[in-house]
Amino acid sequence: MKKKVLTVDDSRTIRNMLLVTLNNAGFETVQAEDGVEGLEVLEEANPDVIVTDINMPRLDGFGFIEGVRRNEKYRAIPILVLTTESDAEKKNRARQAGATGWIVKPFDPTKLIDAIERVTA
Amino acid sequence: MDMNEIKEIFFQECEEQLAELESGLLKLNDGDRDPETVNAVFRAVHSIKGGAGAFGLDDLVSFAHVFETTLDCVRSNKLEPNQDVLKVMLKSADVLADLTNAARDGGSVDDSRSRALVKELEALANGEVPAPSATVEVPAAATAAAPAPTDESGFAPIPFSFDGFDDEEEAIEGTVYDVTFNPRPELFAKGNEATLLLRDLSRVGEMSIHCDTDALPSLDQIDPEGAYFRWKIAVKTTKGEDAIRSVFEFAEWDCDLEIKVQEAATDAAERAEELPMIPVPFDLSMLDGAGSEGDADGEEAGAAANATATTAVAAAEAVSGIAKLAGAASRGDKKDAGAAATAAAQATAAAGAAPTIRVDLDRVDRLINLVGELVINQAMLSQSVIENDANGTSSINMGLEELQQLTREIQDSVMAIRAQPVKPVFQRMSRIVREVADMTGKSIRLITEGENTEVDKTVIDKLAEPLTHMIRNAVDHGVETPEKRVAAGKNPEGTVRLTAKHRSGRILIELADDGAGINRERVKQKAIDNDLIAADANLTDEEIDNLIFLPGFSTADKISDISGRGVGMDVVKRSIQALGGRISISSRPGHGSVFTMSLPLTLAVLDGMVVTVAGQTLVVPLTAIVETLQPEASAIHSFGASHRLISIRNSFCPLVDVGRILNFRTTQANPVEGVALLVESEGGGQRALMVDAIQGQRQVVIKSLEANYTHVAGIAAATILGDGRVALILDVDAVVGASRGQSLKPEMSLAATG
Repeated sequence: MKKKVLTVDDSRTIRNMLLVTLNNAGFETVQAEDGVEGLEVLEEANPDVIVTDINMPRLDGFGFIEGVRRNEKYRAIPILVLTTESDAEKKNRARQAGATGWIVKPFDPTKLIDAIERVTA
Repeated sequence: MDMNEIKEIFFQECEEQLAELESGLLKLNDGDRDPETVNAVFRAVHSIKGGAGAFGLDDLVSFAHVFETTLDCVRSNKLEPNQDVLKVMLKSADVLADLTNAARDGGSVDDSRSRALVKELEALANGEVPAPSATVEVPAAATAAAPAPTDESGFAPIPFSFDGFDDEEEAIEGTVYDVTFNPRPELFAKGNEATLLLRDLSRVGEMSIHCDTDALPSLDQIDPEGAYFRWKIAVKTTKGEDAIRSVFEFAEWDCDLEIKVQEAATDAAERAEELPMIPVPFDLSMLDGAGSEGDADGEEAGAAANATATTAVAAAEAVSGIAKLAGAASRGDKKDAGAAATAAAQATAAAGAAPTIRVDLDRVDRLINLVGELVINQAMLSQSVIENDANGTSSINMGLEELQQLTREIQDSVMAIRAQPVKPVFQRMSRIVREVADMTGKSIRLITEGENTEVDKTVIDKLAEPLTHMIRNAVDHGVETPEKRVAAGKNPEGTVRLTAKHRSGRILIELADDGAGINRERVKQKAIDNDLIAADANLTDEEIDNLIFLPGFSTADKISDISGRGVGMDVVKRSIQALGGRISISSRPGHGSVFTMSLPLTLAVLDGMVVTVAGQTLVVPLTAIVETLQPEASAIHSFGASHRLISIRNSFCPLVDVGRILNFRTTQANPVEGVALLVESEGGGQRALMVDAIQGQRQVVIKSLEANYTHVAGIAAATILGDGRVALILDVDAVVGASRGQSLKPEMSLAATG
């Protein structure tokens, strides 16, 4: 069965790149535009792994991750943070919020797929 | 979708982000301190940077990065966004827009300008924060992304292959590392798994694993989410310690990790005594099923945890099982509904997205064209039914009426698709104000109102150029220098106000400045010098003000870099007229000038009065007509050699014979036999246009005459009537102008050159 990825990013460009990259790599992809929508579609989407941006309107990546980790069903799901912030402080905050790992933007497809492979069985 | 399409989307998104950025900065400039405004501004730049990075647009990335760093200082309250700071930021937004355009269209950007701004931005950021070392880092990251492209689209996922690792086993040479891995419960809480980490580790080199289960309590004391196992792993690899460490990149915070080079065989032997090392073949195939088995099999996991671990791998699986225990059950039934949920989820995701779609403009244009044809066809059908069926079968007529109504509704709805707010054009103006104000050393605030007023895209596209020119004019010539303003007792900061509103089916755009107003003495003198008017001409103030629209008129003593450029207000006027619009000026000395433009909401259809002139069918735009009347002989007065006036409610109004002006006939028609259309022209003042008869009022689809034939003086466009004949649409302003004594001829030659 195809693995399903939920991506959460407010940039249309990045959403499209994620979609193309993930589909080409044989993943099924569900997309949300910000943290609020991400939490809304979580149950329905039932993803195997989540890739999320940090800077987003309404609910940012930190808040989104915390929201997922509070969800009984999905609190153990791997979450990768997709962000341009490569500094330790942001990584640290993402980890404290419960991120599994991160991918530094600009992401290259290999790195993205590799990171997803690493956190999923 | 390929990379080029995504790039196209990126640039579209950039435009939106740039608009967001500018309006946010302007809000901040007006004293808005809402953190969400700052966030939105930050996100806009951040987003551009992110996308640009993905496409390797290094110039854009590095500038956006510096900009972002400074904005981050504002966001974290380290930098107060005062007027000076915002000035730099607004300029930076302009440069960012230039860089984006250059990236898209391939032009180049004034390097010195962006470099200077980078310095200013860095200075702002450095004001209170330590040097942003990150500045150097990002361009490097961007270039790192560059070598990634592998095909012509520059975008190809590289399938991950395990083959490389099989070879690894043969290359036995390498260092042996002792790795102690002691996960904490947080590791599992964050979605990491010991199993997967060990799997990844096995890819680094040949390894043997020992699982230490001593900490495992009895079943009744077990915390299903606790972490009880530690692993000692010996890895033989040529890739070095970093490769091992990178396996634990995501996990190192939540585990105790020790990596040491195995010193000597004796050491290993010693350790083997205290810790019974059981070399275990690490079987990856067990993981293949993990997605389904491991998940659903909570029972087995529990059993495995209870028993003494027979193999380290089983133990690892057990841990992963425990970590997943909570979610396992629910996930199990979810799996069954998996397929159905998939479709539903995608539908939800789509429904949750913004309630807009993006459509190629070509498609909309085609639809609009087709609807135009439909309108014409419907009119023709109605007409032929009426002609062929004198009795008028009521059911057919009713059906036709309904069809007409529907057609009209379809047309309105289709036009609404292309209607857009004037906001983007207005936003562009604020940049022009900034730039011109900067160049002329003036301080000017642009206030925009009614930005959300909607108008057809075709009008918006053509609005930018005349508006730009007028804004330049207002800033360059209208508003005085701060010194002069202070001397005149005004606020040193000038104000330019740009307003849009709907009025009786048209859009009204007003541009008001609080400058010195028109210098009528100078304007008149200039007009006399340029032979535009007679030296002794007696003109009203309004007429003098409107002289600036005459071809070849320019009051600037020196042609300035800014609003000179060889075009005058006459060009502005002509482009407004070409849009079916009117422009006028009113000015108060010392208080400023107001330019008023009135434009149709669309260039595709027009409400017109169909009239007959000398046997020809003409359409007069309804918006131009104030009233229609049947002249009585007593109301007609001769004036001069050939001019005639008509008296309407105690005022006189020049009578213009349309047939004569358009050279349809050589002699004046008898006004009493015709109908007078009272029209208002943009120069102010009314004229009565004489036509022979009124046929009716209808909406016509505008067909450009220029595109299909050539420009004809006095004619704005053409249309096709219900009977299939072509009718010309009258250019009321041109006809009125011609009646003032300026014949249509020079107008035509000017139009040809303009």
